[in-house]
Amino acid sequence: MNLYDIIFYLFAAITIVSAFIVVNAKNIVYAAFSLLFTFFGVSGLYVLLGADFIAIVQVMVYIGGILVLLLFGVMLTHKITSVDIKAGSVQTIPAVIIIGIFAALLIGLMYSTHWAVNPAEIPVTTTKSLGKTLVTEYVLIFELLGILLLVAMIGAATIARRDGDK
Amino acid sequence: METIGLNHFLVVSAILFSLGIYSVVTRKNAIMVLMGIELILNSANINFVAFSKYGNYGLGGQVTALFVIILAAAEAAIALAIVLNLYKTFTHINIDEIDELNS
Amino acid sequence: MNDIILVNISIITLLLPLFGFGLIIIFSKRFPKLYMAGIGLLIINFFLSVVLLYAKLSNYISQDINFQFTWIDFGNVPVFGNVHIDLGIKIDNITVIMLFVVNLISMLVHIYSLEYMKGDKRFNRYYAYLGIFTFSMIGIVIANNLLMIYIFWELVGLSSYLLIGFWYEKKSAADASKKAFITNRVGDLGMFIGILIVFTTYHTFTFDSIFEQISNGVLPFDSNAWLTATGILIFMGAVGKSAQFPLHVWLPDAMEGPTPVSALIHSATMVAAGVYLSLRIFAMLTADAMLVIAVVGGFTSFLAATIAITQNDIKRVLAYSTVSQLGYMVMAVGVGAFQYAFFHLITHAFFKSNLFLGSGSVIHAMHHEQDMREMGGLRKKMPITYAAFIVSSLAISGIPLTSGFLSKDGLLAGSLAFAHLTGHWLLPTFGFLVALMTAFYMFRLVIMTFHGEPRNKEKYDHAHESPFVMVLPLIVLTTLSLFFWYTPNPVAPEQGWFLSEWVHTPESVVPQETRFDFMKTETEGVTESAVAFSEEYEHAMHWAHIPTLVLSLLLGGLGILFAFLIYHWRKIDPDELAEKLKPAYLFSLNKWYVDEFYEATFISGTLKLSYLLSLFDKYVVDGIVNGTAYVTRVISTISGIFDKYIIDGFVNFTAFLSGLLGLGFRRLQSGRIQTYLVLVIFSLIILLLFFEPF
Repeated sequence: MNLYDIIFYLFAAITIVSAFIVVNAKNIVYAAFSLLFTFFGVSGLYVLLGADFIAIVQVMVYIGGILVLLLFGVMLTHKITSVDIKAGSVQTIPAVIIIGIFAALLIGLMYSTHWAVNPAEIPVTTTKSLGKTLVTEYVLIFELLGILLLVAMIGAATIARRDGDK
Repeated sequence: METIGLNHFLVVSAILFSLGIYSVVTRKNAIMVLMGIELILNSANINFVAFSKYGNYGLGGQVTALFVIILAAAEAAIALAIVLNLYKTFTHINIDEIDELNS
Repeated sequence: MNDIILVNISIITLLLPLFGFGLIIIFSKRFPKLYMAGIGLLIINFFLSVVLLYAKLSNYISQDINFQFTWIDFGNVPVFGNVHIDLGIKIDNITVIMLFVVNLISMLVHIYSLEYMKGDKRFNRYYAYLGIFTFSMIGIVIANNLLMIYIFWELVGLSSYLLIGFWYEKKSAADASKKAFITNRVGDLGMFIGILIVFTTYHTFTFDSIFEQISNGVLPFDSNAWLTATGILIFMGAVGKSAQFPLHVWLPDAMEGPTPVSALIHSATMVAAGVYLSLRIFAMLTADAMLVIAVVGGFTSFLAATIAITQNDIKRVLAYSTVSQLGYMVMAVGVGAFQYAFFHLITHAFFKSNLFLGSGSVIHAMHHEQDMREMGGLRKKMPITYAAFIVSSLAISGIPLTSGFLSKDGLLAGSLAFAHLTGHWLLPTFGFLVALMTAFYMFRLVIMTFHGEPRNKEKYDHAHESPFVMVLPLIVLTTLSLFFWYTPNPVAPEQGWFLSEWVHTPESVVPQETRFDFMKTETEGVTESAVAFSEEYEHAMHWAHIPTLVLSLLLGGLGILFAFLIYHWRKIDPDELAEKLKPAYLFSLNKWYVDEFYEATFISGTLKLSYLLSLFDKYVVDGIVNGTAYVTRVISTISGIFDKYIIDGFVNFTAFLSGLLGLGFRRLQSGRIQTYLVLVIFSLIILLLFFEPF
């Protein structure tokens, strides 16, 4: 058991435990904070997989952007004075059964499949080559995604604005 | 115990995916459902990056993961806008009570 | 120019009036001036027919153009053999001449009606009817088969019906239109049977192939008698349409229609269609059939002429004169004077429509007064109409320098030659008597209308010459009633281009033993001269020429003289004469009591028969029907009970089952997305297990 393994198990544990808390927390704010740890753990896993740039982006976008956005959503949809920012669950028992079976099947599938494993050398840093790839090979998708973000921004503003603002 | 390989990452991803689905299926609150979706996206991303490394496919997997993150950001923005709109319409965001399809 | 262009032009002339009809019928509500389009189309049509006439007579004078296609192919019908129906167009010389005449007169009538029918509330409709009439008439003229002729035959019958009954608010007009239609139907029945016999025997409607098969010795039911019968049956259609005895009664009544219509349909074109049909089937007529035709025609012309003498309605006189002249033509067909029959058809079309249009002009001027006893002295007021009337009357009386002289003289010579060859002297006797009477009654008409003192001062004062659009057709038709259009020599028609170049007698195709002696084909050399058939016939014609000339001139002059003696100079008082010959006078005035005879026999007989049949209907047929109805009702009741308890029970049970199942499934459709999602995952699991990758 070397250091790599230890770090892997550590991050995997952080991820799964915090994700568990996310899905089971009664209080939505707790859930949001647990989600932070989940994202962090996933980011660590990325580092272990040699994807340093993705890990950084994960931290920045998910933790800095999406999570803050979700918290805003929590704040906006519950009156501040109200204590009822808890969120209950429904149909937990059939869901647990079905999803348990599903998870078991999925994991079984992962193990039973013979993946063509051919590990590559882990490069020191991927940022430069990733940047190059983005603006050469994937430039069209890159541009399209830029437009998509713009459209999403405008669309979100349009959908969320109040009726009187027309 | 064997050394850490592809399968370990895949298992973590599968567990994360199942938890995300669980959250989507059971939580009443729309924002919790959104969190579940983020979990699912993350699990998919782990798979992408893991395959990218162990399958020796160059940087394609990482680029795709990057795109997924961008899409997730856009999706979160739109989804929250929809949630706000739902709140305006129903004054709550409890998905189990929004059964307009059944009318 | 090739023959396909000619065929196309003739098809265009066929379809343009139909197009005008549709246009006016559909759009006249929105465009009240649309009748102008009808007139315009007819003028175009006229020019097309001129082109056709010129092209045919200059380039294809001795060649017939045939265009034909298979309309319906029934394939191989059991018992009957291969059956297909061909439609087609035959353009020979008489077709283009006839087309020209029809289009010319139709155009003139279109123009004339502009003034005559002015202010009529169905003005557009009138032009639409004229359009459909022209269409169907052209259809008859260009058809190359009996089927098309029959179809268009009925169509002209229809348009004649519509136009006679154009003022259908008048009961007499409505009755007259019905009478015309029904009387024509009687003739058409015979024609239909004849056509069916032809089709059964020859499996084709086309004239040329029928004639070819007859000349190859194929006969209906293998008998000469049936060939004769077929000819007479088809001729029955002509009897109806051309108003021959005994079906002539409808034509005088048809004068209830507007006068331009009488000019177009009931003098020049439609009634001539019967003669035209007889000419078309001329080649397949046997001697017996021809004799029947000749006798019918001769008798009709005599009968109508005797009636015309005593009539007082100006249009009725002209109507009976038309019947009489048609009788002439039919007689000419019967005696084998093919060329003269057609010649007289053309010249008669011109001068008779001229007379009708002239009488229309008079009637118009007299504010719709048709009784000649109310007229008189109109000569000074209406000089152009008078001139037109005089020329046409001279033409119909057979005075030299007119077209009528040429054709009538030839026709009478034909009948005389026929009598000389076969011994049927009754026919020329009828012919010459009619010539005398024709001259008499025509000039009686002219004198009563135009000469002497006005008998109705008030109407006379209001009379005036008709406007230009009504006078123009009169002028055109008057010039066409002169001789120089047809021949350079005013006493010898056979020297003219009309007879020597344009119109040829077709070769008879019937078996030799059924022909007249003079029509039997000679073995050596075919005669290429103007007069057809044999040397013998030509000699007879030659022999008949001079006596006919003298006799017809004499009789014509005598008739005119009598007319002047009685009605102008009043040397003989007509009333006194009528008193003296009272039985004959009444007989003629009442039209030989033909209508009364029909009334007493056919019509009341039909009514009695109908009454008997209605009794039969009431007690026997209705009884059966009612009995059937009762039985049906009982069965229905039983069936209803079965339905209610067994079929309905089954149906209701099915519905109940479906409802039950639906109730169960409804619980799944909660409308909650999360529930659906669980189901999705559940199905995903099933899929995973199904493919079993482990």
